[in-house]
Amino acid sequence: MTSRRRFVACSVAGLICLLSLPVQGQVTSQRLVNASTEPQNWLTYSGSYWSQRFSTLDQITPANVRNLKLQWVYQSPVAGNWQTTPLVVDGMMYITQRPNDVVALDPLTGRVFWIYRYTPNPDRIVCCGANNRGVAILGDTLFMGTLDAHLIAIDAKTGREMWKTEVATTTSGYSITHAPLVVKDKVIVGVGGGEYGIRGFIAAYNVDTGKEAWRFYTIPGPGEKGHETWEACPPKSRQAADAPRQSEGVCDPDAWKHGGGSIWMTGSYDPQLNLTYWGVGNVGPDYAGAQRPGDNLYSASIVALDADKGTLTWHYQFTPHDVYDYDAVQVPVMIDNWGNTGINVVAWANRNGNYYALDRATGRFLLGKPFVKVNWMSDFDERGRPNQTPQPPGMPTYPGNQGGTNWYSPSFSPRTGLFYISAWEDYASIYGPSPVEYKEGRNFTGGGPRNFSAVPGAPGFSRGAPINNWTEAAGHGAVIALDARTGQRQWKFDMTDVTDSGILTTASNLLFTGGREGFFQALDARTGALLWKTNLGAAINSGPITYRIGNKQYVATVSGLSLFVFALD
Amino acid sequence: MNRVFATAVLAVVVSAIGVRSAAAQANDVRLKPDTTNQLHDAQYPDVDIVYGASLYAARCVTCHGAQGDAIGGVNLRSGKFRNAQSDNDLARFIRAGSPTAGMPPFALDNAEMAGMVAYLRNMNAIDTATVKAGDVARGRAVFEGKGGCVACHRIGRLGSRVAPNLSDIGSQRSPGSLQRSLLDPTSQMMPINRPVRLVKKDGSIINGRRLNEDTYSVQLVDDKERLHSVLKADLKEFTIAKTSPMPSYKGTLSADEMADLLGYLMSLKGQ
Repeated sequence: MTSRRRFVACSVAGLICLLSLPVQGQVTSQRLVNASTEPQNWLTYSGSYWSQRFSTLDQITPANVRNLKLQWVYQSPVAGNWQTTPLVVDGMMYITQRPNDVVALDPLTGRVFWIYRYTPNPDRIVCCGANNRGVAILGDTLFMGTLDAHLIAIDAKTGREMWKTEVATTTSGYSITHAPLVVKDKVIVGVGGGEYGIRGFIAAYNVDTGKEAWRFYTIPGPGEKGHETWEACPPKSRQAADAPRQSEGVCDPDAWKHGGGSIWMTGSYDPQLNLTYWGVGNVGPDYAGAQRPGDNLYSASIVALDADKGTLTWHYQFTPHDVYDYDAVQVPVMIDNWGNTGINVVAWANRNGNYYALDRATGRFLLGKPFVKVNWMSDFDERGRPNQTPQPPGMPTYPGNQGGTNWYSPSFSPRTGLFYISAWEDYASIYGPSPVEYKEGRNFTGGGPRNFSAVPGAPGFSRGAPINNWTEAAGHGAVIALDARTGQRQWKFDMTDVTDSGILTTASNLLFTGGREGFFQALDARTGALLWKTNLGAAINSGPITYRIGNKQYVATVSGLSLFVFALD
Repeated sequence: MNRVFATAVLAVVVSAIGVRSAAAQANDVRLKPDTTNQLHDAQYPDVDIVYGASLYAARCVTCHGAQGDAIGGVNLRSGKFRNAQSDNDLARFIRAGSPTAGMPPFALDNAEMAGMVAYLRNMNAIDTATVKAGDVARGRAVFEGKGGCVACHRIGRLGSRVAPNLSDIGSQRSPGSLQRSLLDPTSQMMPINRPVRLVKKDGSIINGRRLNEDTYSVQLVDDKERLHSVLKADLKEFTIAKTSPMPSYKGTLSADEMADLLGYLMSLKGQ
C-alpha cells in the first residue's frame, strides 16, 4: 500500500479491502509474456509484447463514453511536448518527463511519490528535441535510455539509480529516445542518431549488472551478411559522366561506416519463437543516395533477432535504397492467426505509405498495400520488393517526408479485426538532395525536403499547435481503419490538422486518439463515428493507455507537458 | 523584368541597414521555395539580387572586398563555396559564421537571406552600378493614397485588418515575392489567407479569412474586421476560394510608382 488514503481506507474496512487493491508484486518475465491477461496494468510501452495497444477493459463503452470526467492532471515544470507512454504497475504509475526524469505517481490521484532526475550531457547531439518515450520494468527495477545514450536502472520503489551503462558516445551523435524492451533477463535498446551518420545497433544488457550481452549492428560490416548491399563505388570516370546525379553526392566507399540505421521505437517479442522484432530507421545520408549505392541494408527494414543471442533470423526491407527518409520506425504489431489463415504475422503500416503483413517466423511477404496516396513506387514483385518510381526533380513525392504515418503507435483490435493508423493524407514533399561530407557528430542528411504546396517565392511556414496555418493546401490528419487481413480501408476519420498521436482500442469497441489540435477523442472502433471529445489544449504526441484501479477503468493521455486521466463520473 | 522595379531595393536597404540589428529569426528558413536545395538556379529575381548586393556592400565588403576575393583562398565570385553546396547550406553557414576562419555569425532575416544568397549566386552577372534607387517616402504615399492598399491592409495603426497585416512584411517576404504579389497576387497568396465563405444553418453568412482551424471549428476575421469562432457543426456551407481578392497593380501604377511601393514594403521590418 502506497497512499495514505488507501492506508486509512483499509484500516477502517479491515483486511477484506486488501483483496480489492492492487498488489505490488514483482514483475516477472512471465507476467510480461502474459501482460494482456492483467488489463488493470500497462506493463510495457505498447501494452504487451504483441504491441497491439488493445485492452480487454470494457467498463467504458460507446454508450457511456460521453460521461467521461477528468480525474486528475499532472503537469510537468519542464517545457516541451512529451512523447512518453506511462506504465501502470500494481497501483503505481511511472512516466518520463523532459529531459530524462522518471516520475512515480499514484494513478488514482496523480500525486508524486518520487522523481528521479538525470541531467544528460550538455554536449549531447540529438536531432529532434529532448524526447523520451518511457521506461520498461522487470522485478522492482525500471529501465530508461537517455538522450546522451546511457541506459539506467532505477529502483521502482525509491527512484534511486542502481546502475548506469554508456551504450554509445553521445558526442558522436548517438542517443536513446525510445522505451527499452525487457525480455527475460535482458533489457534491449537501440540507438538514435540517423541524421548524424551513426552506425546503428540494437543491444541487450543484463538486467542486474548493465553488462552488454549482445549487439546487432543494423548496418552490417565487411564479412557480415547484408554488407554486399553497400555496393562498391563505380569508377571515378563513370561518376563524373553521371552529371545529373552529382547533386546527390559523390559515391563514398566507406558509406557503411556512417550508414545510419537508427532505432527509435520499441520493438516487440514473440515468446514462442523467441524472436524480437525491431524497425530500423533511415540510412545516412538521408537524401544523397548517390553517396551510398545499393539497397543499404538493414536501413528502412524490420529485423527479427534471436532474443538470447541477438543473431539475425530474417529481415524485410520496406524501402530499399531509401532517399525519402521513410525510416521503418513503427512499432511492430503482432497478430496471431491473421485473418483466420493460421499464420502469425507482424502487421506494419509504414511511413512509406504501405500497409504490410509478414510471416512472423520467416519474414515471408504476405501483403503490401498503400493506405494513402503513394507515387514513389508502383507495385511489388512476388517477394515483396517495391518497383520504385522516382519522381522528376521538382515534382512532389507522395507520401511526403513525414510519411503516410510515422512513429505514432497504431492499434489492432482482435475484436473488430481492424488495424488503426494515425495517417497524414494528401501530403507530399519535393526532395532536394545535396552532397554532404561525413564529420563526426555533424548533421549528415545530404539536403532536405520541402512541402510541395508552399507558395512560390514566399517564405516557408513552420507549423505547430495551437495555430494551424498549414490548411488544406499541405495535407491533413486522419485515423484510418484497415481490414488487417486485406489492407482494405473500412473507414476514415478526418482531422483538419495533422496528427502525431498514438491509438488505443478496447474490447468495448472504443478507439481513443488525439492529434496536433489538442483534442482527445473517442471513436466507435467499428465505424469511426465520433462519440466524445475534449480539448486538452496542446498537441497529443503519444499513445493513450487504459488501466483499472479497484473496479474503475481509467484512460490516460499526454497532452503537451501534462498527463490527463479520465474515468466515468 | 523592368529594371526600375528592381532598383527600388537599394535605397530601402541603405536606409534600413544602419538601424537594424538582429531581426527576429526563424529557424526553419525557406529562402525561395522554388529553388531551395538546388545547387544553382539562374532564376533569382533581380530585386533579390540587388537587395543582396546592398546588404553585401554594408556587411561583407570590409572583409571580402568589392570583388569578393579579398580573403586569400576565397573567391566568392567563383560561384563555388567550400562549406556550402545548396542555398540552405549557404544560409546556414552565414547564420553560423566560421569561428575558425574569423567570420562572425550574421543574423539576417528571411528576406535578407534570400537576397544575400541570390547575390552570392550572381556576383559575376549583376552590375549594381546601373541600379537606380526607389524612394521609401514616395512608396508610402502610394500605399496610403493612389494604391488604395490601406482599404484592406494595415501597417502599424493605419489601415484595415481585413487583409494580412504588413507591418513586418519586409522581413517575411523576399523582394521577388513582394514584387510578384503586386503583379499577380494569387500566385503569392498563402493558403491560410484564402478567402472563405461560411453559411450558417440559420442562413447568416460570414466572408473572411481564416486565422486558425481545427477539425471541429474555424476562427476567422470577417470583412468587417470582426472575429468569429464558428463550430463546423453549425455550418451548411464552408467554401474556400483559391483566388486572391487583391487586384493586380500591373498597369494601374507606373513603373516608378511600383518601384517606390516595393521599396516601401521592403522597409517594413516590424518592431
